[in-house]
Amino acid sequence: MKKILLIIIFLNTFYNNAYSIEPDIFVQSTVNKASKILEKNISKEDKINGLKIIAKETVDIKGIGFYSLGSARKVLNDSQKRIYFQLFENYFLKSFSSRLSEYTNPKIEVRSTKIINNNYTIVNSILIGTSERPEVKIDWRIYTKNSENPLIRDLIIEGLSLARTQKEEFASILNSNDGDINVLFKTLEDFTKN
Amino acid sequence: MLKKLLITIISVLLLAFNANAGSDGDLVLNKNQPDKIKDCFEKLNRTTFAVNQSLDRAIIKPIAKGYGNLPDGIQNATSNAVKNLSNLITIPNNILQGDVKTAIINTGRLVLNTTVGLLGTIDVANKIGFPKYEKEDYGQTLGAWGIGPGCYVVLPILGPSTIRDTAGSFVNVLGGDPWYNASIHGNNEFLSESAFLASKAISGIDFRSNNLNSFDNLEKNSIDFYASLRSLYLQDRQNKIENNQRGSVDVLYKDDEDWEEIDNQ
Repeated sequence: MKKILLIIIFLNTFYNNAYSIEPDIFVQSTVNKASKILEKNISKEDKINGLKIIAKETVDIKGIGFYSLGSARKVLNDSQKRIYFQLFENYFLKSFSSRLSEYTNPKIEVRSTKIINNNYTIVNSILIGTSERPEVKIDWRIYTKNSENPLIRDLIIEGLSLARTQKEEFASILNSNDGDINVLFKTLEDFTKN
Repeated sequence: MLKKLLITIISVLLLAFNANAGSDGDLVLNKNQPDKIKDCFEKLNRTTFAVNQSLDRAIIKPIAKGYGNLPDGIQNATSNAVKNLSNLITIPNNILQGDVKTAIINTGRLVLNTTVGLLGTIDVANKIGFPKYEKEDYGQTLGAWGIGPGCYVVLPILGPSTIRDTAGSFVNVLGGDPWYNASIHGNNEFLSESAFLASKAISGIDFRSNNLNSFDNLEKNSIDFYASLRSLYLQDRQNKIENNQRGSVDVLYKDDEDWEEIDNQ
């Protein structure tokens, strides 16, 4: 009986840890995957498509979408939420991959990690400087609630949060249009089409 | 004399309009949160922003591109020299914020770079291991003293600011910037108003040149470029006032309850 109990405890511990991915390794491997695509001698469109696939696997797009809406998320009905998430995903993937595709040979080194709580770890990294650009500090806010599938929720570049900037951008559009969510939908749609 | 009086009156009015000093630390932190800062003059700000962007496209950006094509050595020397001059504003602000130790370090940096570093063109202090240089200004000092930022404003040519930071800039021309005093009122044959204006223009071109790609990328991928820049400027000022070390995001998320709410849904 004691043996069975020990085996159960062992197996439980093993399975709990077997697929857990450390946030720093997750970030470094994500960056390496992106770098490989950016280094390839392929068209910019192919690079963007490759980056979109990586973003879908590694970024909490739904969470960021909710966050970007700010207090407006509380007033959306289910149908509006469905429309919003579709538009937001398209917008995010285009914006994210387009920003990254400008870098030709980005070398990012993970330097340290800081566990904030069970849900979050901050991974500190450096974008190595070149003759054309200075060294840039990039911190990654990693959502670790599911340790087997960590997800990126924010990039903080030299202390400036991209998620926060996006949230304030969305808020500005809503405030300028009396909180009309359809204007935001239209803006996201236009961005994706152009 | 009349000019000085006018500037003093404007600064006092700006600060009086903005006066809400003398609060506890949490409240000060709260006041500097970008999403708590009102854009009271948004229509005017957006118009000024559009004019600034036109000026940028027509004049500043082409010059910055040309500057970026100069040999690295010349760019580094120019950048170092204008950074060295900024010590003259940083040092009094270090003292005003009670950071005497950093004021002494920055004084050493200024003396060393101005002499051995050939008028600041070589950053000798950095090479021999001085701590990383962090600029300070009177707007930051007012913020550190607990004065709230007031409304967000976009200034012609100079760009994003707040009422407090604009008032802080006036302190420079009221005697707070020794470089301004020496150039404009120094009564010597080596310095003049044009030397001061040239140094400020070079500083602006140097900044623009270093951020050519970042701005283009941001503009291309923003759905509201004005709001993006406002957010980035206010986040940066918040970090500077609170002396947040880059890489430390503790403060950034202290008051951010949105993520928590999303997690609990």
